Parts: sequence; structure tokens; C-alpha cells
Amino acid sequence: MKALNKAQPREAGRRRGLGFSMRRREAIDAYVFMMPAILGMIIFLLGPMVISLYLSFTEYDLLGSGEWIGLQNYRDLFADPLFWKSLRVSAIYSVVSVPAQLVLALLLAILLNQKLRGVYVFRAMFYLPTVISGVGVAMLWRWMFNPEFGVINNLLAKIGINGPGWLSSEEWALPALIITSLWGIGGTMLIYLAGLQGIPQELYEAAEIDGAGVMGRFRFITLPLISHVTFFNLVLGIIGALQVFTEAFVMTGGGPNNATLFLAVYLYRNAFNYLKMGYASAVAWVMFSIVMVLTLLVFKSSPFWTFYNDETQRSKQ
Amino acid sequence: MSAYPVRRGRASRRSWRSRGGQATITNAICFVIAALGSVVVMIPFLWMLSTAFKKPGDIYLDPPKWIPIPPQFQNFPDALTLVPFATYAKNSFIIVSLVMIGTLLSCSFSAYGFARLRAPGRNFIFMILLATLMLPSAVTLVPTYLLFNKLGWINTFLPLVVPSFFGNAFFIFLLRQFYLTIPRELEEAATIDGANSYRIWWHIMLPLSMPVLATVAVFSFIGTYNDFFGPLIYLTDDSKRTIAVALSYFQGSPRMGPQRHLLMAAVTASILPPLVLFLAAQRYFVRGIVMTGIKG
Repeated sequence: MKALNKAQPREAGRRRGLGFSMRRREAIDAYVFMMPAILGMIIFLLGPMVISLYLSFTEYDLLGSGEWIGLQNYRDLFADPLFWKSLRVSAIYSVVSVPAQLVLALLLAILLNQKLRGVYVFRAMFYLPTVISGVGVAMLWRWMFNPEFGVINNLLAKIGINGPGWLSSEEWALPALIITSLWGIGGTMLIYLAGLQGIPQELYEAAEIDGAGVMGRFRFITLPLISHVTFFNLVLGIIGALQVFTEAFVMTGGGPNNATLFLAVYLYRNAFNYLKMGYASAVAWVMFSIVMVLTLLVFKSSPFWTFYNDETQRSKQ
Repeated sequence: MSAYPVRRGRASRRSWRSRGGQATITNAICFVIAALGSVVVMIPFLWMLSTAFKKPGDIYLDPPKWIPIPPQFQNFPDALTLVPFATYAKNSFIIVSLVMIGTLLSCSFSAYGFARLRAPGRNFIFMILLATLMLPSAVTLVPTYLLFNKLGWINTFLPLVVPSFFGNAFFIFLLRQFYLTIPRELEEAATIDGANSYRIWWHIMLPLSMPVLATVAVFSFIGTYNDFFGPLIYLTDDSKRTIAVALSYFQGSPRMGPQRHLLMAAVTASILPPLVLFLAAQRYFVRGIVMTGIKG
């Protein structure tokens, strides 16, 4: 510490004298340090984004030169009943699974925010499914959903329900995928848990003194103070739901009769089975536009339902 | 719920006690709900293990037999030799190791720049970087594939490994948040001693950020090991496949597909590495999520 104190005036003097070149040196260093990230962004994200927009106006099958066909891909796309079907599948999945995941994850987080015996073990157990690969999860649930020998229909039979054909049924394949997605709410739960732990305990004590019950405290303290976390989870949930691929690809392959043809599966088929790269790019841009519009809507509406107290404002800076 | 008018005095001490009793009951109810919930969450795992250890004849029983007696340990060597599992495992671990090295180096390097060194436009670049987190990967998919195709990298590990040396917005964000909490005095002292920014990054920031680097390492291990889409489109030869992709082919394969016990033994074996890592590094997971969750 002593050495540091002695050195400080010298350092200050040097800074005054060589301020300009020091700052320039620092800026150059800064760009060198940021360079991997900047290059990565340009080569693997922003560049491909622009190119895919261009490709969406061309007909390109890996071999030809990519002929400019204007809006033809988009016209074909909107005329394809399969595209509308995949849009419907993704929409139903998102509308059901995202809210269900948020509600379940929040309730679970509140439960595991209590001072329970072995609470760390519970947290680990609920988080566990999310560390397993999508393929492993898909294969496991595929076997669980087996209509004759799977565990789900067996358990249902125990309470007198004759289980459906699940993945082989056009009607029940999508619900089966939604149920599978609920197994993986551990990540969302932990983010909620982190948010809950940021709520000052005094607020609850004060509310209790004022006579607020459990529901009152949940409604007027927990929900508002956790709203920015809900916002975060909602945006990420929407983006994730519209991109679901692995589970559908491995569990059903998009079937039966395209009942689980998610947008991402539709895109994959066009790009890598039919090698219609231009057309697939058009699908990607439609997906991107939907994500953008929904995210924007969530952002625009957030002032109505998110609440930032001083504490969270400060921690954001 | 009763109100607690005064905190001092004998009467209130009694109400404290009754509050304690009530808390115990609530706590017990919560415990039971949590226990039941975790049983539900564990069912798929138990079902997987149960099938993996069964004799082929015991799989199609109604009602199912949960405890396989005697457990068929032989299922595991059978499943893992029916297909070249060792090759898949080797591929997975080569890719995962290289990606981890690339991610740790590039993300900590860039994060230091974003956290500490002032330059015009730095915050603007950082905002764009954060915005890319919202970019659906579908929109970059086709051109990226075409780029790697042009470079002749299809059916090599390069498309999976090289991008990790160019940073990752999520991890850079995580590391930057951590660097911001390290006191500046350390770097100032090092500067006076003549160290430049690169030496400060290597000799001061990296050693100090070991816990958060561990978090990044764990996340990137699990993310890469579990990745399905990348290896699916870039690796076409069977001998190049990773565990995740190979696994997806098992169920359709004529030799293994119909044999549920072998299929589940393979799934069990495949989830062991991330599972063990998760159990060993639990606290890093929680820390990483807490850091992003609160500050996001």
C-alpha cells in the first residue's frame, strides 16, 4: 500500500503530460481486445444475416450461381399450405408452452426460495433435466410416450384413463412435445430464484404488519418486483419456442402427417433435404420478422407490467 | 393471517411462538410439495435406468416392472460395442475441448476490453453484441453453412470449433460483469510497474476470474456436448459423428433401434458426462445464472 501511495503522484504527473498518447494507446488496446468479438459478430452473425436476406430473393441450390428471382420465394412460401401448417404448429406450441413454463417455473422458484430442509438438493433435482442433451431427452420421452409399454400410459391406466397414442397420434403429438418441454424449466426456475432473492425481506415483513396475507404479498410484492425477470424470461422463451428443432426432429420427425412440423423443421427440410437455400433463407427471414415483432411488442408493453424499484435500477447500471 | 401489533412484551412473545408453529406447518407443506414434485421430475430418469438394466423379455410387461432383477449390466457393453461408441465419444471430446479453449481465451480477452479499456464506440459495440443474443440462429444458418461449404470445411470439426475463437456474446457479458467488480487499484499498480494491458489481462485478470471462468467452462462444455444441430449439418460421415448426433441415429438403426434396453443404456451412458460435471460444479451453475439473471 505504501509503495502505491508514493507512486500515485508520479503516475498523475505522467498522465497529465502524456494524456493524449496514453489515451490513444488505451483505445488501440481496447480495439485489439474487442477484435475477436467484433470479427466474430461480423463473420458469423451480422454478415450472414445480410447475406441471408439477399439469398431469400434468389434461387440457389448449392450448385448454380443463385439467380435473382425477386419476391418469388416469399410468394411460394405464402402459397404453401405446409408453411401455414408449420406456422400454426409453432404458434400453438409457443402460446401454450411459454406461459405454462413461466408460471410453473415461478411457482417452483417461490417454493424453493423457502428455508426448506435439503433445499439445495431439490434445486439441483429440478435443474437436472436441463443439463441433458435435447437428443437424450427426446429419446427418453419417446420411450415414455410409447402407447403400449411406455410409463405414461401405464400410470394413466392406474387412474382409469385410457391413454392416447401420443407421438403416433396427430392430435396428441404436439401436446406430448409441450409436456416434454415442461420437464426443462429448471433454467427459468433458477433465473426466477435469483430474482426472488433480490427482493428485500423487509418489504414482506412490513406488508405482514399491515395485515397482507399470502396472496396479497404475492400479488403486490413478489409479482411487481419480479416483473423484470418475467420480462427477460418471456423474451427468451418466445425466441426459444419459435426455434424448437431437436425434440421435434428426433421424437416425431415433424409427423405424424406434419402435426409437429415446427418452423425450424420446415426450414431444415427445405435447406438440407431439398437444398433450396434461397427458399430456406426466406423462411428464416419470416421467422426472424416474427421474433422481432413479438419481442418489440413485449418491449413496448413492458412499461405497463414491469416495475423497477430503485434497487434494480441501480444494479442495472 | 393475523397482524402483529407490537413486537415487545409478553403477549407478543406468545404470538411469535405461534408464528413459529405456523411457519413450521407451512414449511412442512412446502417440503412435501417439493418432494412430490422432484419425484415427478425424477420419473423419466428412473424409467430410463429401469429400462437400461432390464432383460429384453422384461421390457414389454404390463404392468411394467420398475426394478430390474437381476440388473443386466451387460446391456452397457452390448450397447456401446454394437455401434462405434468410442469413436463418437472421441469426436465429442475433441470438439468440446477445443471449443472450451477457444471460448475461454476469446471471451475473457474481449470481455477485458469491454470492461476496462476506454475507446470511442466501445459501448455502442457492446450494445450491438448484446442485441445479437436475440438473433435467432436460423437467420444466419444458410449463409454460414455456405461459407463453410466454400472453405471445404464440411465433414471436418472446423465449423464447430473455429467460431468459438471469436467470442460469444453471452459469455463475454458474463465475464465483463465480473471484471467490473475487480478493484482498479490492482491494474493501476501493475501499470506503474510497467505492465501493459495484455500482461494485466493474462497475469491479473485471468487468475482473479477463475471462478467465473469455471462457470463459462461448465456452460460451454454442456452446450457443446449437447449440441445437435451443428454436428448434424456439418458432419456427414458416420466416423465423424458426435455422441449427440450418433444417438439420434440409434433409434432408427436396424440393429439397435428395436432394442429398447440397449437404446436406454446408450442414452444413460451419453448423459453421464454432463451429469457428473453438473453434480461436481453445481455452484458454478447457480452463480452464473444469478449473475446474468439479476443484472440482465
